[in-house]
Amino acid sequence: MTDLRIVERTVENHANKITARGVQVHYGDKHALKDVDVDILDKTVTAFIGPSGCGKSTFLRCLNRMNDTVATARVKGDIRIDGVDIYDRRVDPVQLRAKVGMVFQKPNPFPKSIYDNVAYGPKIHGLTRNKAEMDAVVETSLRKAALWNEVKDRLQDSGTSLSGGQQQRLCIARAVATSPEVLLMDEPCSALDPIATAQVEELIDDLRSQFSVVIVTHSMQQAARVSQRTAFFHLGHLVEYGETGNIFTNPRDPRTESYITGRIG
Amino acid sequence: MTDLSLQSGARPVDWTSDQAGLRVRKRKAAETRLKLVGLSAIAVAFAMLGLLLWSLVSTGWQAFRQTHVTIEVTYAQEFITPGNLARSNYRGLLEATMLELVPGATDGRRVAAILSNGAQFAVRDRIVADPSLLGRTATLRVPVSDPYDQLWKGLIDRTTPEQNRRLKNDEIAAFDALVAKGLVSSPFNWALLGNADSRFPEQAGLKGALWGSFYALLTCFLLAFPIGIGAAIYLEEFAPKNRVSDFIEVNINNLAAVPSVVFGLLALAVFLGWFGMGRSIPFVGGLTLALMTLPTIIIATRAALKAVPPSIREAALGVGASRQQVVFHHVLPLAMPGILTGTIIGLAQALGETAPLLLIGMNAFVTAAPGTPFDPSTALPTQIFIWADSPERGFVSRTSAAILVLLGFLVMMNALAIYLRNRFERRW
Repeated sequence: MTDLRIVERTVENHANKITARGVQVHYGDKHALKDVDVDILDKTVTAFIGPSGCGKSTFLRCLNRMNDTVATARVKGDIRIDGVDIYDRRVDPVQLRAKVGMVFQKPNPFPKSIYDNVAYGPKIHGLTRNKAEMDAVVETSLRKAALWNEVKDRLQDSGTSLSGGQQQRLCIARAVATSPEVLLMDEPCSALDPIATAQVEELIDDLRSQFSVVIVTHSMQQAARVSQRTAFFHLGHLVEYGETGNIFTNPRDPRTESYITGRIG
Repeated sequence: MTDLSLQSGARPVDWTSDQAGLRVRKRKAAETRLKLVGLSAIAVAFAMLGLLLWSLVSTGWQAFRQTHVTIEVTYAQEFITPGNLARSNYRGLLEATMLELVPGATDGRRVAAILSNGAQFAVRDRIVADPSLLGRTATLRVPVSDPYDQLWKGLIDRTTPEQNRRLKNDEIAAFDALVAKGLVSSPFNWALLGNADSRFPEQAGLKGALWGSFYALLTCFLLAFPIGIGAAIYLEEFAPKNRVSDFIEVNINNLAAVPSVVFGLLALAVFLGWFGMGRSIPFVGGLTLALMTLPTIIIATRAALKAVPPSIREAALGVGASRQQVVFHHVLPLAMPGILTGTIIGLAQALGETAPLLLIGMNAFVTAAPGTPFDPSTALPTQIFIWADSPERGFVSRTSAAILVLLGFLVMMNALAIYLRNRFERRW
C-alpha cells in the first residue's frame, strides 16, 4: 500500500476532462449552486469538500445529469466533457450516465446476484456480444474494484449478502463495468467502517490511472489522502479550487481556512 | 433556550424519591391498561368470529351429508319401452319398486315420494347407459327427498302433533321400515359440489355458482390486472406531477370507496343497456367486478412501487438505464410481491361481491353449469342469496354450507397472498 497520508505529492499535468462555466442550480425556489466555474483534470482524483448543504453533491449530480430525474431541479450554465456540452439537446442523458459512472453514498447493489449486478450495465448498453465476453467484463470490473478474489467463487450469491465494504466495491465494479471515462463518487465511504474505508480509498488511488475520479467527501483527511485537487464549496459557491496540498496547507480564502481548521461546518 | 435546558439539566434529580417511584408506578399502570384494552379488543373480535363460524358450521355441516336409500330396480317390460328408453315410465317403475319395498303400502305415489324427484332420472340414466339391463335387476343408491332427509337428520320432531308435522304418521312409518331394512345411509353429499342449482334441495349444488364465479373472476383478473398495473406504473413513474395527475389520483381514491351497487347500476346501464350484452352472464359479471377491482389494484400497485427504495432507482439510473429500463428491470420485479398481494385481496373482495351481480341478473335460476364465460349462471354469493331466499327446509343448511365454501375460497386466496408475499419479498 502506498502511503496515502503524504499530503504533498507531485501533481502531473493532465488535460482538462470536464469544464464547467457559470453553473447554476435551482431546486424549486432554492438556489443551490451559484455560478460555479471548475476544470476537472483527466486521470486525477478531485475532491469536493464543504459543509452539509453547500452544493457539492448537487454539482456532482450535474456532471452525469442525475438532477434531470429531480422534477424541481433546474440547471443553467455550461458543462463540457471533452469539449462536448452535456446539456446539449443532442446528448442522451442515459448514454451520458454510462460514460460518467456514479457511486452513491450508501452501498446500493441490486438485489440480484453479484454477477448480474456487474453485468447489468454492459448488458443494457449491448457492450458484449456473447457470454464469454460478458464473463471477461465482469471479471475485469471486479478485479478493478479489488473484489474479484473475495467473490470469484460465489458470483451467483446475492449482492446484498456481502458486507458493507464489499457492497460498496461491488457498486464501484458495477460503475466501471460500462468503461466510463469519469467516475463520480458521492461520499462513498460515509457508511463504511475504517477498514473498508481504507480499502476503498486504496482502490480510488488505483482507479486514478484509468479514470477521472470526482469524490465528494465530508472527511477532510480523506480528501487529503486520496485527492490531487480539491474544491471547497460553501453556501452554493465554489470558494477555492486548487492542488490539494495548497488547499490544506496554504488556503487563500479565509472561509477555506476556517473550514479546514474546523471553525465552520 | 440553551440556558433553560442547561438549568433544568443541572438541577439534581433524586431517582429514588417517593415522587419518582410514583411516576414510575403511574406510567406502568397506564401501560398495563393499554395492554388490557388491546387484549380485550382482540378477544371480542375472536369471539365474534367464533360465533359466526359456529353458527355457520352448526347449521351447515348437515348439508355435507345427504340421506340416500338403496333400492333394487327391476327394469320390467311393463314400464320400459325398449325402442324409447329415454321416455319410458320410470315414475311408474319407481312406484312399483317402492310398493314392493315398503310392507303394507298401498299408495304408490305416496311411497315413491320418499325418493328424490331426481331418482327417476338416475334410474333412466342407468339403463340408457346399459340397455342390456332390460328385464334384469339393478341396485341403485338414490337420494331421498328433502322432508325425509330432514327426518333422518333429526330435524323433524316426531312428537309434534300430526297435523302440524311435515310428514304424517304413515309416511314416517314407511321410512322407518326402510331404515329397519338397513337401506338408508347418509354418505358425503357430492351433489352439493357436483350439481348445479335445483328446485329440490337434495339435488341442488354449487357447480354452476363455482364455475360462474370462476369465469367472472378470470375475466375480472385478465382485465383489471394488466390495466391496473399499467395505470399505476404510468401514474407513479412516468406521469408529470401536475393538476391533471392530482385530479386523477383523487378520483381513483374516490372510486375505491364507491358502493358496489353503484358499479352494478353502471354495468346494467352500460354493458346491458348500451352494448346489449346478455343478462346473467359471468363475462359481464367479470367486467363489472373489474371496474370495482381496478381502483384497489391501482392503489396497491402504486403503494408497492413507492415502497421500492429510491437507492435502487438511483443505482440503475447511475449505470445508464433509461427510466423505462429502471421500472421494468428493477422497480417492477421488486414491487411484484406487493402488487400480487393487493391483486389477490382485490379479487377476494370481488369474489364475495353480491350487489353488482344481482343488478346484472346473476341471481337467475340456472340449472346447468356454464360451459363458457358467456353462458348464464349464478356466482357463489348470488347463489347464497338465492338459497337464503328459498322456503324449503333443506336450503337452510345448504345456505350455510355454501357460505362455508365461499369462506373457504376466500381463506385460500388470502393464504395465497400471504404465501406470495413471504416467498418473494426481497430485503435490501
